[in-house]
Amino acid sequence: MKRFAIWSWLWFALGALYFLLPLYGTLDFSLRMQRGTLSLLAYQKALADPQFIRSFTFSVQMAVLTIIVGLLLIVPTAYWVHLRLPELRPVVEFLTLLPFVIPAIVLVFGLIRTYGRPVTILSVTIMPPLTNTTLGANSLLIAGYVVLSMPYLYRAVDNGLRAMDVRTLTEAAQSLGAGWPTIVARVIFPNLRAALLSGALLTFAIVVGELTIANFLARPAFAPYLALLSNSRAYEPAALSIVSFALTWAAMGIIDLLTRGAPGVLGGAGH
Amino acid sequence: MTFLELIKVRKEFGPSLAVEDFDLQVERGEFVSFLGPSGCGKTTTLRMIAGFELPTSGAIRLNGADITNKPPNQRNVGMVFQAYALFPNMTVAENIGFGMKIKKQPADKIRKRVGELLDLIHLPDKGPNYPYQLSGGQQQRVALARALAIEPQVLLLDEPLSALDAKIRDELRSEIRRIQQQLGITTIYVTHDQQEAMALSDRVVVMSRGVIEQIGAPFEIYNYPQTMFVASFVGTLNQLRCQVVDATSGRLAYDGQSITTGTAIGPSNGATVTLMLRPEELRFGADGGDNRLTGQVEAVNFLGSTVRVLVRLGESTLTLDVFNERKLELPKVGQNYTVSFPPHACWVMPEP
Repeated sequence: MKRFAIWSWLWFALGALYFLLPLYGTLDFSLRMQRGTLSLLAYQKALADPQFIRSFTFSVQMAVLTIIVGLLLIVPTAYWVHLRLPELRPVVEFLTLLPFVIPAIVLVFGLIRTYGRPVTILSVTIMPPLTNTTLGANSLLIAGYVVLSMPYLYRAVDNGLRAMDVRTLTEAAQSLGAGWPTIVARVIFPNLRAALLSGALLTFAIVVGELTIANFLARPAFAPYLALLSNSRAYEPAALSIVSFALTWAAMGIIDLLTRGAPGVLGGAGH
Repeated sequence: MTFLELIKVRKEFGPSLAVEDFDLQVERGEFVSFLGPSGCGKTTTLRMIAGFELPTSGAIRLNGADITNKPPNQRNVGMVFQAYALFPNMTVAENIGFGMKIKKQPADKIRKRVGELLDLIHLPDKGPNYPYQLSGGQQQRVALARALAIEPQVLLLDEPLSALDAKIRDELRSEIRRIQQQLGITTIYVTHDQQEAMALSDRVVVMSRGVIEQIGAPFEIYNYPQTMFVASFVGTLNQLRCQVVDATSGRLAYDGQSITTGTAIGPSNGATVTLMLRPEELRFGADGGDNRLTGQVEAVNFLGSTVRVLVRLGESTLTLDVFNERKLELPKVGQNYTVSFPPHACWVMPEP
């Protein structure tokens, strides 16, 4: 028993080092802007830049919108597949794994090519090029992010649905007189809170750190700003990386706090 | 007056036939069980009454109205599931009040009714608790209260006690019957446990492979089974292949020994029939009735309140049940024993 514990701790320590060492390295570098001493000079300079706040806020907004759109799309789909079309489950799972296969750069170029020109049916323009307007470009960004986060969101929702015996709960609600909107709002969503939370957290982390799509759609997101800054500066990008890391953790903590105390998280439908 | 009626209901799932030619009339306030082995179609039929499956053909009428194609949330039927299906995100009180809340009933009315139902199921303090904090038996009682809260026209129960241990099952069984009789609510109960079906029901519908084998009161089903399936599925059954000696007086011969049934039987002299005997109607020794058969004791199983003895007679083995008593002398294996029974204990299956 003791021997086994030592090995476990060893692997844990190695894994932790793998993650913590680079972080420590970045932290250490960011504190050395002033020659000879450890100081927060890099932080002061970086945070004083209004572009930082603007780009980080923009990324957070995009993350929240991505989560909302993604959930509105995936939850009813996963629910319907679970309830009525279980044969389609493998097909849908395959589709949601495609984003892993298609690189982000291919995705963004596809978006730009398709929506960079007006959409016409029989020479009638029904949609102008989306890349020309801010709203259009932001929509493309969110659409791209929804695709990128789809594997994680779908898997999280699917697991949540599996754990809660969707079919029987739906039938119970129906026998008591509930219609579809009531069932989804009062029975399905509340019991999926834990699953939705984990999907949302992953999506948040992905969106805030995403570079390729934001870059090519020329959106003022955080990752492009950081990349641009690191072309001309050394210490400030390190400081900003640490700050964004901390901010992302804080945002996740807030989401977790808001959804804590959901009793639906514990136990299934009574087995 | 017929309250719930199923008329020639048929259900096909693709090429397979789940339910065929199902006809049933249920009176208001009656407790009817659907009894049969797995796959016999009893749950499918129940789900058609609830509206979760649509019949391929046939009609279902409830209180005069045709509900065959009505969506389940418009039928006002209460359903209790095997897996309880309580909403994990709501308290016990919220679960029970769910149906009433959907109907937008006033909050104080809901509170009052929830209180009444909690008293009815003997869980007056459990309102603020969540389902995960209750035992299986308690959860099922809450599920029952939830189904009753909407004052349904029919109560449907789908093997509600299967997931519970034996002792809780017995307690809850009596509870369900007590509540049903108190409220006078028409009830359909699906089970594969024949003891449950017979203990609870006014009538039992025995099903096999999608077809109704027999409908009748428990006493009737047990003592006067109309088909081979009903006879062997319900209770333990002894079957002896006998030769008809005299059809008019009902005399049979088994393995060289004579048996009198006391009533005329259908098949003609010389034909082979199956004689059926219930274990509890057989007696040890020669004093149990006019019919006596002698064989060898093969096994003796002491089951507590009953003693089950297996006696070999020619090519068949007879099972007989004797009530336990302290002065009982258990027979020994290999011992020669006489089994006796009165003529009325004999049941010869009627011609199909």
